[in-house]
Amino acid sequence: MNDDERIKKFEERHERLKNLSDAELKERFWELCNKVVTPIADLARTHTSPSIERSVLLRMGINSQLAFGVVDRINQAGLLGKGAGHVLLKLTEKFDYDVRAAANHIMEDKDVLNGLFDEVKA
Amino acid sequence: MSNPKPLDPNKKLDIEDILENLEDYRPPRKGWVWRNVPEDGVDMGPFHYRDMAEPLKNSIGLPAAKYFDGIDPQPKCVVTTEIASGRFEDDIRRMRMAAWHGADHLMVIRHTGQSHIDGLMEGTPEGVGGVPITRKQIRASRKAIDMIEDEVGRPINFHSYVSGVAGPEVAVLFAEEGINGAHQDPQYNILYRNINVYRSFVDAAEAKLVMTSAGIFQIDGAHNANATAKAGWLVMPELLVQHGINCAYSMIAGMPKELIGLSTVPPNSPPAPKLWYDLPYAVALRDFFSEFKMRAQQNTRYIESSIEEAIRTHTIDTLISMLTSADIQSTITPDEGRNVPWHYNNIRGVQTVKQTWAGLDGINEMVGLKIDGPLGEMSRDIRERAVAFLEEIIEVGGYFAAVEKGFFVDSAKYPERHGDGIARDGQGGVAADSIVPRDPDYLAPVCAHFGHNHLPEGVEHACDLIGGCTLCKPEKIAYIDELDSEDNVANRLEKTYPYRKGNLIRPEVEWAGDGVVLLNLMIPENEAYSREAGLEIARRMGLKDPEVINLMVLHPSEGCFLEVKGRVDFDIDRNTLKIPEKVELLPEDEMREGVKQVGLKVVAGTVGEDEHSVGLREILDIKHGGIEKYGVKYTYLGTSVPVEKLIDAAIETGAHAILISTIISHNDVHRAQMRKLNELCIEKGIRDKVILIAGGTQVNSEMAAETGLDATFGRGTKGNQVVDAMIKALKARGML
Repeated sequence: MNDDERIKKFEERHERLKNLSDAELKERFWELCNKVVTPIADLARTHTSPSIERSVLLRMGINSQLAFGVVDRINQAGLLGKGAGHVLLKLTEKFDYDVRAAANHIMEDKDVLNGLFDEVKA
Repeated sequence: MSNPKPLDPNKKLDIEDILENLEDYRPPRKGWVWRNVPEDGVDMGPFHYRDMAEPLKNSIGLPAAKYFDGIDPQPKCVVTTEIASGRFEDDIRRMRMAAWHGADHLMVIRHTGQSHIDGLMEGTPEGVGGVPITRKQIRASRKAIDMIEDEVGRPINFHSYVSGVAGPEVAVLFAEEGINGAHQDPQYNILYRNINVYRSFVDAAEAKLVMTSAGIFQIDGAHNANATAKAGWLVMPELLVQHGINCAYSMIAGMPKELIGLSTVPPNSPPAPKLWYDLPYAVALRDFFSEFKMRAQQNTRYIESSIEEAIRTHTIDTLISMLTSADIQSTITPDEGRNVPWHYNNIRGVQTVKQTWAGLDGINEMVGLKIDGPLGEMSRDIRERAVAFLEEIIEVGGYFAAVEKGFFVDSAKYPERHGDGIARDGQGGVAADSIVPRDPDYLAPVCAHFGHNHLPEGVEHACDLIGGCTLCKPEKIAYIDELDSEDNVANRLEKTYPYRKGNLIRPEVEWAGDGVVLLNLMIPENEAYSREAGLEIARRMGLKDPEVINLMVLHPSEGCFLEVKGRVDFDIDRNTLKIPEKVELLPEDEMREGVKQVGLKVVAGTVGEDEHSVGLREILDIKHGGIEKYGVKYTYLGTSVPVEKLIDAAIETGAHAILISTIISHNDVHRAQMRKLNELCIEKGIRDKVILIAGGTQVNSEMAAETGLDATFGRGTKGNQVVDAMIKALKARGML
């Protein structure tokens, strides 16, 4: 759309908006804001990121340095979609140690992640 | 752990003590705190205030407060100051100073480039343009602030930034460490830090929920648009859109409205007709966002080197806050345009708000906004354009599409475009392609986690799976002390020890021992010569690295005003300084009462062959705040008066005191005159009836004893000191 078309469109919008009361205009504003952010929130609900997963590990009592390395390894192993905390929990169940030990284990031996979730399935 | 030991106002902060046992320190409280504002107003001194909060236990008022019973009225809004020296150990001293002047929202600017660091920083490295936000650094600062808030008697909000590629981690850090406020706005990441759009929004939802869990107040980043756009006042419709998007997104993430603040700046600055643009904008914003909090920032867009220009603009900004509303009034240090803020400019910024707010107290009970007319029309126009802007975002396919097309920070007034907007490709930016879809069995066993979380059956509280997360069990927080054996606070403190705890004194503006000083000069030359002359003067005065940081032309050829910064590299040893004994003056009322009671009369004159009378006139005249102001009647005999004549006049008029002034001091003539006055009075048998006082530039308070007078005064003496001495002497003699 070129600028002339945009301006023309704006004028049409403006004609319509002019007829709204202050309260209606405000309502329209918030309706549109919500419309803009709803799909973004859906994206956030269904996705994660290295920083989110590191923040989960921090909350599990893992220090930032260790969390960085662990999430990196989990990401490389393609397991970020499971949740980094989830991965640690799986290891604690498998090896019967605490989450910090699990985090250290990943740093010492990244192969420990291989097939971690497959085994559970089987 | 409870609060550490109380601070003594007469002692400096003990930084080493604050750093002690940090690994065990826990903040005594969490969450944002508003000021306590009595509904019926506040009575202070002779006044009733309508827009003020409860006063502080310990504070320093405006300079004029001494004329008003020393009152220090505190605005009802929270008052912010921003601190960014790069060394937290020096910043916390500044925080204490700012708190004493009325700041209760201390905003720590982050180290330049921290936004792009993927992960948390640790330890206490020195920062540039701000402090590296690390656990140790904020924990130490929080601990200091906890002590300072007890000292001033009001909770203090500590604030920093949940932005960048490590937003969720920073949010967790802040929630754990009792940070009370934070900037969080994914649009800021995208537009100004070029962080990938998807990553920014996905991270933001998590960060916002974590912040909510700890009651952290959020401030958005929309104001950056008018600090960035070429003509800040034209982007107003877009600002409403940016505020709206962050507010709506925050609410979806679970943040309640009372924790959501809009960072809003009056976008214009004189010589532009500021109010004509800024007031309609402020009104429009408060209409659409009536349920949210307003953090009113001051304008920085047009600040350069003039402190006074900045302060004047900020005064108008504060007026706009009062005419509309502000829950938080932020202050900008008036030197922001020329350097990283200096200690005392934080104080100046806070004073601007405090002074304006007190001066305009009650304004809305006397003055109202005229919405019928241009104000209402312009406000409506901004709102309509904002709605149309949002409609166009939806039309082009939503937010991400609009960002790709450069909708934002275009410097033209919407719907016009200059084509200079900031466009961001969804596939580009820092940390592009870094978000990952959550699997159906995705699990995060912690609190305050946003979005899909597949908890095992029967588990209601996610962190039960691990026996509690750090937000529920702070003892689980993993503390890292230092990572760098060179770049850390211990090494820096060792170097500054002599200035903090030893006997050495060196001036400073940011860091202990930095030695920076500022010269104010008027050079009667044109700009080019003034600049070079200023530098040369600074060099000859022994200043290192002189730099002209402000130059105001007074006239193209008649002269310039200059501010020249430089550094001194010498120290003053505290032990070599002689501190004059401080005389506690009687209360003004008591002095006036005493004068009235005895009908205090004096005779005065300069003695010997001395024609200097300026100093004595200042002590006498009401115009200069002299003794006349207190009701003292005086007989002035003029200059070069023989001592005998003064004594005769005293006897004749029944004066209670004789005041002599003596400037000339060669051959100790001043001492001789003083002794003579005493001896002659004894001879005439009136010594016990008159008080004898002498003053002069070469006189000091210790000369009274050696010359037999009742009191002697040196340079800079005021009338009240002389009255004080006379009343005290009268009382001592039982004459009062």
